[in-house]
Order: sequence, then C-alpha cells, then structure tokens
Amino acid sequence: MADRRKIVQWLALLANNANIRGFFEGRIYRGGLKSFCVPGLNCYSCPGAVASCPLGSLQAMIGSYRYRFSFYVAGLMMGFGLLFGRLVCGFLCPFGLIQELLHKVPFYKVRNTKTRFWRMAGYGKYFMLAVFVIALPMFARNWAGMGEPAFCKYICPAGTLTAGLPLIAANQPMRESIGLLFALKASIAAVVVVGCLSVFRFFCRTLCPLGAFYGFFNKIALYRLNFDEHNCVHCGSCARVCKMDVDPSRTPDSPECIRCGDCAALCPVSALSAGFIQAEAQKTARGPAR
Amino acid sequence: MTRRRVKKITRAALFAAVVVFILIGLFQGEIKSVFQKGASICLECVGIG
Repeated sequence: MADRRKIVQWLALLANNANIRGFFEGRIYRGGLKSFCVPGLNCYSCPGAVASCPLGSLQAMIGSYRYRFSFYVAGLMMGFGLLFGRLVCGFLCPFGLIQELLHKVPFYKVRNTKTRFWRMAGYGKYFMLAVFVIALPMFARNWAGMGEPAFCKYICPAGTLTAGLPLIAANQPMRESIGLLFALKASIAAVVVVGCLSVFRFFCRTLCPLGAFYGFFNKIALYRLNFDEHNCVHCGSCARVCKMDVDPSRTPDSPECIRCGDCAALCPVSALSAGFIQAEAQKTARGPAR
Repeated sequence: MTRRRVKKITRAALFAAVVVFILIGLFQGEIKSVFQKGASICLECVGIG
C-alpha cells in the first residue's frame, strides 16, 4: 500500500507540474488547462503548474469586485471532497509529498505529537480557512473594491517554495522586485520546512486550509476507511502506526486522517479496510474479509 | 432513520449542490476568471505583490 501510494504521489506531482520547460525559462504555463483546478495544493504560479490551485482561485474569486464568491471553485472543491475526502492529501497533493520527503531528512524528530499542544495547533488550519482564505479576501477590500488573496500573500509556503524561489532564481526582473513581503513569506516557509523536518506533515497538521476543508468530508466521502469492530482484537497497532496520530479503531472518519492506508495494511485481522464505498459494499455482500 | 441513510441523503444532496454550483459558475463566466488568474504570474503567491 505504501509503495502504491508513493507511486501515485509522484505521478500526481508530475501530472500537476508537467510544464518542465517553465523551470528553465522562468515562465509559467498559460494554456487552457489553467481554467481547471487540481484537487491538491499546487501553486498556479509554479513554473511547472499546468492547472490552477483551488485555494488561490477561490481567494482570487472571493476577492474580485465582480463575484464575491466562486460557485465554480467551491463546486469543484466540494466535488473532490465528496469523492475522496482527505485521500487528496494522502495521495494527490504535491505539497504533501514534498513534506513527506522533507521528513525523511535526518534531523531532530519530535517524538510525541499526541499532546494537547499539537491538538490545539491542529485548529490552526481551520483558522487559516476561515480568516485568511474566506474572511479577509471577502471583507478586507481596497478602494477599488478588491480583496487580497490573504493566505497566498502572507502565509502559503507552497507558493514561496514552488513558485517564488524558482521564478526568482530564473527571472532577473523578479529578483530585483523582492522586498519585505518576500522576506516575511520566506521566513514562514523556513519555519514550515524546519517543522516538516521534525514533525510528519507539519503544514498539513497545523496550517493547511485545504486539508481543513477536505477533512469536513471524511465522514461522507465515497472513499472510506471501514472499521469492523467484530474482527478487531484491540492490539492497538493501527493507532501506533498512524503518523497523523489518529486512532482508526475509534475515529475512522477523523478529519485528521489522510487515508494513507498504513493502518489497514498493518491490521493483523483485517478489521480495517480502505476503498471506495461501492467496492466495499460488494466485498461485504460477498462475505467477510477473512 | 439510520445513520447510514442520513449519510446517503447528505451525500446525494451535496452531489446535487456540486452540480448546481459548477453550472452556476460556468453560467456566470467564472471559468474565464479562473483562467485569467491562473495564466498570469500571481505576485502575491510569489511574495512580491
């Protein structure tokens, strides 16, 4: 399962950033695919990006003088959420893969993230969603009636690392334009990078508004983690293996679960299984898993 | 009503909302605005503007 997930993650990263030439030219892709949003966090100003970022598009539309809300982007995001829930985070998000790769680097690792501090820090992503993605672009408007994409502008480390740095490295006029704002964003990105070195998916846990949004759909998404309590022998191995500190035997629909499937793969009695709802229903109809 | 049935109805209602939302968005010409935003360098995202 873990190997399959890695392959899907790399394929998603490459599919999202197929405009390789852009990295060398310091220019972004301007084709028709930019009309669509990808499910994961992938900055549309990354030179490789071939489609739009849902968070960036949502803020841009909310902040525009013409719309104030984006039915199109909200509809796409809800659709991804209903189909996959946070499977998007575990399998399809390019920035999720980047965080996992960073966590592989030998560095000080925080051993216990099941503390009250980390639980509270987890609420940060809901704050980001409510304030920086929705409220500020909607209500903090300038003289022209336009709101800023506040999360992109002041926080998003994916934008700084995957769009800002490559563009500034390859584009002389942009290099000359950087100032205080870039310093702020680079500092936040540096904190996130150090956080990811120490804590598995630090950004997903604490700051990602897209993860917060998809987390709402884990309960009803078509992709599910099923727990069969009759099969469970309460060995606790699923809770121990979970890198997001979820106990799948208690809360299989936790908004923190990124549907990586590690728990289901490890379960010695097949009490946990992950899959799309239709496939699971057919499996149940055929009989128990073992 | 069982919890499973409530989930099923919620899911169906939200899928209908997804379709309606996307259609409203297309009708309002939002797709063009998304393209225009995505096809130009977002200075805020980069950390310049």
